Amino acid sequence: MITARLFANLDRTGIIFLAFCGLALVAVPALNLFVPEDSPFHVPTYAVALMGKYLCLAILALSLDLVWGYCGILSLGHGAFFALGGYAMGMYLMRQIGTRGVYGDPVLPDFMVFLNYKELPWFWHGFDMFWFAAIMVLAVPGLLAFVFGWLAFRSRVTGVYLSIITQALTYALLLAFFRNDMGLGGNNGLTDFKDILGFPVQAQTTRIALYMLTVLSLIGCFLLARAVVTSAFGKVLVAIRDAESRTRFMGYRVEHYKLVVFVLSAMMAGLAGALYVPQVGIINPSEFSPANSIEAVIWVAVGGRGTLVGAVVGAVAVNFMKSVFTTGALAPYWLFALGAVFVFVTLALPKGIVGTLQSFSGRGKASPPAPAAVAPQVAE
Amino acid sequence: MLRILTVIAAIFLCSAAHSQTLDTALDRLAADSFPETEAAIAEIAASGAPNAQAILEALAARRLSFAADRRVVYADPAGQTFDARTGAAAEPLAGATVVRLNNRLRGAIGTALGLLTLTSPDRQKRLDSAESIFKSKDVISLPALEIAIAKETDAKVALALASARGSILLAKPDSSPAERLSAIEALSARGDADAMGQIRNALPSLQGDALTAANAAIAAIERRQMFIGGAQNIWYGLSLGSVLLLAAIGLAITFGVMGVINMAHGEMVMLGAYTTFMVQEVFRAYAPDHFGLSLPIAIPLAFLVAGLVGVAIERGIIRFLYGRPLETLLATWGVSLFLQQTVRTIFGPTNRDVASPSYMSGSFDLLGLQITYGRLWIIIFTLVVFALLLLILRRTPLGLQMRAVTQNRKMASSMGIRTPWVDAMTFGLGSGVAGIAGVALSQIDNVSPNLGQSYIIDSFMVVVFGGVGNLWGTLISAFSLGIANKLLEPLAGAVLAKIFILVLLILFIQKRPRGLFALKGRAVEA
Repeated sequence: MITARLFANLDRTGIIFLAFCGLALVAVPALNLFVPEDSPFHVPTYAVALMGKYLCLAILALSLDLVWGYCGILSLGHGAFFALGGYAMGMYLMRQIGTRGVYGDPVLPDFMVFLNYKELPWFWHGFDMFWFAAIMVLAVPGLLAFVFGWLAFRSRVTGVYLSIITQALTYALLLAFFRNDMGLGGNNGLTDFKDILGFPVQAQTTRIALYMLTVLSLIGCFLLARAVVTSAFGKVLVAIRDAESRTRFMGYRVEHYKLVVFVLSAMMAGLAGALYVPQVGIINPSEFSPANSIEAVIWVAVGGRGTLVGAVVGAVAVNFMKSVFTTGALAPYWLFALGAVFVFVTLALPKGIVGTLQSFSGRGKASPPAPAAVAPQVAE
Repeated sequence: MLRILTVIAAIFLCSAAHSQTLDTALDRLAADSFPETEAAIAEIAASGAPNAQAILEALAARRLSFAADRRVVYADPAGQTFDARTGAAAEPLAGATVVRLNNRLRGAIGTALGLLTLTSPDRQKRLDSAESIFKSKDVISLPALEIAIAKETDAKVALALASARGSILLAKPDSSPAERLSAIEALSARGDADAMGQIRNALPSLQGDALTAANAAIAAIERRQMFIGGAQNIWYGLSLGSVLLLAAIGLAITFGVMGVINMAHGEMVMLGAYTTFMVQEVFRAYAPDHFGLSLPIAIPLAFLVAGLVGVAIERGIIRFLYGRPLETLLATWGVSLFLQQTVRTIFGPTNRDVASPSYMSGSFDLLGLQITYGRLWIIIFTLVVFALLLLILRRTPLGLQMRAVTQNRKMASSMGIRTPWVDAMTFGLGSGVAGIAGVALSQIDNVSPNLGQSYIIDSFMVVVFGGVGNLWGTLISAFSLGIANKLLEPLAGAVLAKIFILVLLILFIQKRPRGLFALKGRAVEA
């Protein structure tokens, strides 16, 4: 019945999107496994991993769109939740290495042996069990978002101020994770993973399984986000986005609504990070850098904020562009291109790709309108 | 010891007579008997002759010789021979005899030489020799020290001499209890870590009053050291605060006054730094003699460059986004990426070498604090820029119009103010000030394309903490953040201190979302 609820709220864009996801879920592994390598239709394994990586970032963008597009919370620190989820997964993968590390210590990961740790720090306990790590992937970002959001929303920190302190949050975490004393690998982060649930991380079949899991997670997150924004709860979120004070005056506890959606979004970002780490094989503190979080915001803006599908489209499109640009002769121009995208999208394409397409086709009305690009009325 | 004292007494008895004494002393040397030589050493040291030190050194090294006709010559370490009476270069004497020495005479020469430097007319020489005796604790210098102390008039040198005497007396095994007490007193008056170390080392040999006094002295020195350490940290904090203020002050205009989130602010700072680099390159190529002028010339140029880029950004992008702060944030972030990459393409990704003119380097000592000229200049410069900016906002037509537009745009427009022009000028001013900051920061930070990135978050924190739209708030916030950071550093380490400050700021914003000194009234709602 819940499934029925989840699917009932789809508009045309959503259905097209799910169709694409289904295609990606089936076709890519099939083209990799069953088409011979010399065929032009063969998808090499590295490309599967690359697409898996894009889709993880798409989940991050989706989580950001949920808070920014529908609730007006522009978080410049979503990368922190993503990285925390990634670290939780990374810790599990480190514990799976066992005696195969360079130093062969059965309990301590290599970097701890290197740094003369005598025993495992307390927060590393439990990460040898997958179920524990899986819970932590959601719980740690969720808890941080809860504490941070509870403080911030309760004291009505909004708009730009909120953006800046979320940025400060991820910056503080960046500095913290760079420290060797943190017990999380410092500068180098966590890497050299071997197994996940007993399967070798590098193997073709594991990569395909991870890819399919990522696609399924994306579909799940999309349906969940879609269910949230089309529910009565979601309507209040949109009301908060468009007129926060007015919503509060009507008797809604604005901070509760914000907190719920913020925590949900942080957990989604954590999940994205957890799927990302085994596919790229490393997690290090640079994932916390404020620039990464802002880049995630631009994915959403490119695709169209407040559309959900747009966030996914934007993430995949911008990251594909990035891959094209940063490999080869165009590398020095990537930042020019990215900078231009930032400026162009905000100036000329405020609704993003999907938002603009929807308004062209005239059917965009079925989904909640993209946020009005007009100046708020100034109280004088 | 008594002998040495008589030598020294002789030195001062003889000091009234002048160059004749050198002649009689050299006659005594030519006699080549130990008692005569001993008297001669004292007389030479007291003669005040310019070559007295050279003669004594030569005597000690057995390079002094005399002939039967009482001519005395000495050789310097390089082998050049001089006439002892005139100091002029001379031929080596044929059939000369080297003046003989024994151990007591060698000691006497050492004392006489020490006394020569301890009573030298050059203040720095006196200080240096007192310091070296303080370190060596050489008992042989004690008599010379006593006399030098009696003669010394300069307070600082007297202190150094007394502490040198104290260090000897404390280390000497046969000092009397009274001597030990006075030694501890002298070391405590000196009051630095070295003095404390010497008292500590002597602790096992002390008893009774001396032990109590020593412990009290150690405690007093520790307190003093802590105080100086705290003062030094506050100075570092002021220095960091001035850097924060410089970086944030332009933002206080664009963000604080106009409400524009300019993420490219750091890149304006970077442009200023690179302008400094360019100016220095020109100076290196065409006027290396006037290199000191490069900074004063770079300041207005940096203001112009960054200001013009700022006006271009405002006219080209930001003016379409007024009232949409989040979009402004994203667009200016794009601009910042663009500017970084432009600079990286032109100047390369590595650090460029920006030199400090001579007046920016070196340091001086103030009541035990080490103060570097570079930091001092930056603090002064920051305060001047701040004062000028305040003056522009309060006392010029542009400032008046800026405030009018900020407070009530429509009304200002109705009164005939060209609000778009004011917007552009305000943004240009804020960006230009950021450029000026770049000139100063180029002196203490690496000039690389990433220079701006490292300041942007700090700058926003300073402005938000101080209260948006309040220049004085920005000033106080920058200095208090700087000092808090530096006071935390010795306790927690640099990175943890910074994290701690960030967390505190995040919590602070919860309590007072509009900063320390929030604007009140209608302007707040806009």
